[in-house]
Amino acid sequence: MNALAKGISDGGIITWRNLMNVRRNPDWLMAATLQPIMFVLLFAYVFGNAIGGESGGAAYREFLIAGIFAQTVAFNSAFTVIGFANDLQKGIIDRFRSLPMSRIAVVLGRTTSDLVVSVVALIVMSACGLLVGWRIRGSFWDALLGYLVMLMFAWALSWVGALIGLAARSVEVAQSLGLVWMFPLSFISSAFVPTQTLPAFLKAIADWNPFTAVINATRDLFGNRFGPAPSGWPAENAALYAILCCVAIIAVFAPLATAKYRRVASK
Amino acid sequence: MPEPDSAVQVRGLVKTYGSTRALDGVDLDIPAGRVLGLLGPNGAGKTTMVRILTTLLRPDSGEARVAGYDVLAQPDEVRQRIGLSGQYAAVDENLTGFENLYMVGRLYGRRKSAARSRARELLARFALEEAADRPAKGYSGGMRRRLDLAGALVAEPTVVVLDEPTTGLDPGGRLDTWGVIKELVADGTTVLLTTQYLEEADQLADSIVVIDHGRVIARGTADELKAQIGGERLELVVAAVADLPATLEVLRQVGTGEPSGDDHTRRAEIFVDTGPKALIEALRRLDGQGIAVQDVALHRPTLDDVFLSLTGHGAESASKEAAK
Repeated sequence: MNALAKGISDGGIITWRNLMNVRRNPDWLMAATLQPIMFVLLFAYVFGNAIGGESGGAAYREFLIAGIFAQTVAFNSAFTVIGFANDLQKGIIDRFRSLPMSRIAVVLGRTTSDLVVSVVALIVMSACGLLVGWRIRGSFWDALLGYLVMLMFAWALSWVGALIGLAARSVEVAQSLGLVWMFPLSFISSAFVPTQTLPAFLKAIADWNPFTAVINATRDLFGNRFGPAPSGWPAENAALYAILCCVAIIAVFAPLATAKYRRVASK
Repeated sequence: MPEPDSAVQVRGLVKTYGSTRALDGVDLDIPAGRVLGLLGPNGAGKTTMVRILTTLLRPDSGEARVAGYDVLAQPDEVRQRIGLSGQYAAVDENLTGFENLYMVGRLYGRRKSAARSRARELLARFALEEAADRPAKGYSGGMRRRLDLAGALVAEPTVVVLDEPTTGLDPGGRLDTWGVIKELVADGTTVLLTTQYLEEADQLADSIVVIDHGRVIARGTADELKAQIGGERLELVVAAVADLPATLEVLRQVGTGEPSGDDHTRRAEIFVDTGPKALIEALRRLDGQGIAVQDVALHRPTLDDVFLSLTGHGAESASKEAAK
């Protein structure tokens, strides 16, 4: 069997193992589904009415959905971080590393199983979004592409999470490290407010933030408009820029995470 | 050149962490089908040795061959032929016993049906059949350790590495695990076993290598090592402290080396070669002199005794130093 086929086959076994873990661990399922529901409801009603005003409330709620999707799938990369930190602590990574399996399989399997968790989260959030009045106003194919961009983003950030999880000194450190970089990244973006409302300095960051690209692309593809259309190259080519960002993140972090896995020692 | 009948061959292995030399030029050989006990206190370098032999860690210098393959140049070949059971049971708690073994079998490259039947076979052999389809979360410590050991055997490895297989187990679990290891050895598998307990090495190993501060300080069979430290330790407590000097004199006659006494506890002790015989002889002579004995005991040598005799410091202090 060549290296690629072996990597995919071993990765599939690890994916199965991780998903069995999710299935048998109710806490994880709760976190993966309840939190997205809460986010949709809270943001829709707390921020929706405050920011959108009486006339624009519904439009702002629609605007928010893509932002909440992106933030949730991004936060899901914390599952990757914690998953690795746990496996390291329990000595399971040592066992895997002593087996004649592909060196990329454990990282590939983890990012893939966490992608499945994000698929579940997106389904739950979409159902919840429909309940609060969100609608897809574009074509079916555009919407599908929107979801694919969102999942590609989830997968890319999961590789970042893999590196953090393998590098963290303990499960506790992993838990905070896994989330802390998400806050500035997700809030300095077009997730909750149009970037035009930000001070010039933050606006420049937000416009080029991959979060913004993914959110703008998804918003366009879902046909959810609110306020003036954003301008500038990243906004005008949001889908292209979003895909480029994801590819770049994977190209950088997949080799780094795999290299880290090869040398990592259990704690 | 490696000898063809050596399953594990280590030459001049060195590994340093900062200024600590975890391994400082270790040589060892395990003939095919034999069990080597690597004995030493915490921090002696046992786990570093295990990690290098199982391809988890690269040495700074030296050579290690496992099942005929170089751990540095041919790690995949080595991994195909080894089974590792670590210090703590590396089982996935959320998978059942069966699923754990099935997964390991698949990752060794077995086909689905072969991985399934091997898993069932091992579960039966390790007395885990009843618990096979329950998540490992509910297993006792001994059951987890058995499952972990079974995991190391999935691919019928040539060399099995057991890193402190009974550390943290209760006495029942320890006996249980010993039984499994003995059975394994009877199959003709080559085993490297690390342990902090001389008794364990004594029970399971054909030969023993004692390491401390990353260096080999003694090697031989259990009997040879025990002979080196002068057999068992005879300990007496006399009723009256005035009898202590006479008691020490009696012990000097029946034992080897210099006896030690403590006025405060009225305790006297000495190493003896002849075990119970020496004990009877000592009691007879003390009785003849009318010395009343309050308590008497014959201790088998412990790792601490081995260390005391080999290094002049106890295993306890050795591990404390290593922890610094």
